[in-house]
Amino acid sequence: MWKAFIAVLALSVLAQLFVESRPYFGVERLFAWNALYGFLACAALILLARAIGLLLKRRDDYYRD
Amino acid sequence: MISHPGLVLIAAAALLALARGAPRAAIALAAPLIALALAWQAGEGVHWRTQFLGMEVAPFAVDRLSRLFAVIFSLMALGGALFALNQERRAELPAAFLYAGAAIGAVLAGDLVTLFVFWELMAVGSTLVLWSAATPRAYAASMRYLMVHLFGGMLLFVGVAGQVLETGDTTFTRMTLEGTSQALILAAFLVNAAAWPISAWLPDAYPEASWSGMVFLSAFTTKTAVYVLLRGFPGAELLVYVGLAMAFYGIVYALLENDMRRILAYSIVNQVGFMVTGIGIGTEMALNGAASHAFTHILYKALLLMSAGSVLLVTGRRKCTELGGLYRSMPFTAGCGIIGALAISSFPLTSGFVSKSMISQAAADGHLFAVWMALAAASAGVFLHAGIKFPWFVFFQKDSGLRPGEPPWNMRLAMALFSALCIGLGIFYEPLYRLLPYAVEYVPYTGWHVVAQLQLLLFSGLAFFVMLGWLRRTLTVTLDFDWLYRVLFPRAIGLAGGALERAGERSSALAGQAWRRLEAAGRRLLGPQGAFARTWPTGSMALGMLLMLLAFLLSYYLA
Repeated sequence: MWKAFIAVLALSVLAQLFVESRPYFGVERLFAWNALYGFLACAALILLARAIGLLLKRRDDYYRD
Repeated sequence: MISHPGLVLIAAAALLALARGAPRAAIALAAPLIALALAWQAGEGVHWRTQFLGMEVAPFAVDRLSRLFAVIFSLMALGGALFALNQERRAELPAAFLYAGAAIGAVLAGDLVTLFVFWELMAVGSTLVLWSAATPRAYAASMRYLMVHLFGGMLLFVGVAGQVLETGDTTFTRMTLEGTSQALILAAFLVNAAAWPISAWLPDAYPEASWSGMVFLSAFTTKTAVYVLLRGFPGAELLVYVGLAMAFYGIVYALLENDMRRILAYSIVNQVGFMVTGIGIGTEMALNGAASHAFTHILYKALLLMSAGSVLLVTGRRKCTELGGLYRSMPFTAGCGIIGALAISSFPLTSGFVSKSMISQAAADGHLFAVWMALAAASAGVFLHAGIKFPWFVFFQKDSGLRPGEPPWNMRLAMALFSALCIGLGIFYEPLYRLLPYAVEYVPYTGWHVVAQLQLLLFSGLAFFVMLGWLRRTLTVTLDFDWLYRVLFPRAIGLAGGALERAGERSSALAGQAWRRLEAAGRRLLGPQGAFARTWPTGSMALGMLLMLLAFLLSYYLA
């Protein structure tokens, strides 16, 4: 499963070489920008959720209703 | 013959409450079809105009924007009714039709007075849908839900009254945020849009509905709010920030959530956030994007909730920790859930891709770099919290040992219909684009855009699986804004009440003491043994008289 998934990831990056480039902003000119940004944005969101979870998570019978 | 599609559904609601068996099923399916046809072919312009309390009202007005929403609401009522045909609680479907009809009435309202009436009717209909779940939890949640919406309705009432007084005009058209009345109207719209921080009512209430009830609830209230924002406040910059806050709030809370339908509830807030951001950007491209995203969102969110509702019906479970591995015995439901998940993530060839892209494109066209970056991050986050998380924890993850079968035929048919629409609109998007309020010149499928979107989504998938350990579900809830009115306010009222009670006890104790002293003094003077009640001997009486006469004589001579 992992092998197939990594192959698909690699394909999505390589495909960038075969399409006409139409960036709107400078950052998009970096190779595989969207791949990098997608990964980092999600990692940051998971970390943020964890931090908020530490503060605000309660047992699920908290409200007792 | 009624030509207003919303009133057709409301009339059908009354019939559904009485009918049984096959006629009931026929009404449930025919009424939304009639409404759909009426909405589709409704000509533009004001169809009904009348006077109400001396005000000009236009209860049936159609333009491209209101027709788009009337069409998708009718379609939603059709799919929802098909899905809910085997619902045993007979009150739910009439309530849902009242709710759907009121939502259509609200989008076809040409004036603010009619809008207010249908706005309140929507709150009633949706509360009745919650009640028909008939559980104590649903009832408690519905009362909190109703309080929030009656508060929103009050804001709208005051705002509309002010607007009508100031301008003398009831027409519902674009407003500017120049006075208190307009601010109140905007606030009322945002309450129904589940704008952060007044967003907690949605994940609090909707997941307590029955397995079919939440399918209806997901569609109408928030999307009617999107519609009124589109009409009333396009280009209000505030909405960009509100929308982005909603998008990220939805992601973070959904990531922390364990209940499968609460995950999807938070993701409604996330998706409405994209629409609200688009309305805030306010260009024709952005407004088209927001309107079309509302259209496609209703379909894929309903599909996701049908899939989750099927799981809830056949397993009776709703927590991710108790589910998993269901793809083995429910491959059809899992497949439909995955199609909904791909569509919400805006995968190419699904409906979400052709609608959401327009909002990002509008941000790029306006050179709003920060907004564009935030939208891209939020798009990646959608795949994370709904696109993978929902199907993974419900249908894969681990083997929970459950082997339930597929749900009944009508539920499968409803899921098949909406799956077909989610993919069909992703490929043949021109009919949708033709329905949009403004002319569309946008082409969603360019090689660059498709590859960029695939990279963004696939690598957020990688982040999900790499960091899976941190996403493991726990038996927890995450405190939200509703904590204020579920815990803090009751506690504060309890504390204040306790303090008052203690103060009352103290003061009554003091008063009691003072009273007892007064009473003792009175008794000493006037009681049975008191000074005035004693029988005095005649001798002491004569002595008293003598003393008084002596004092008189003395004063006579001295004077």
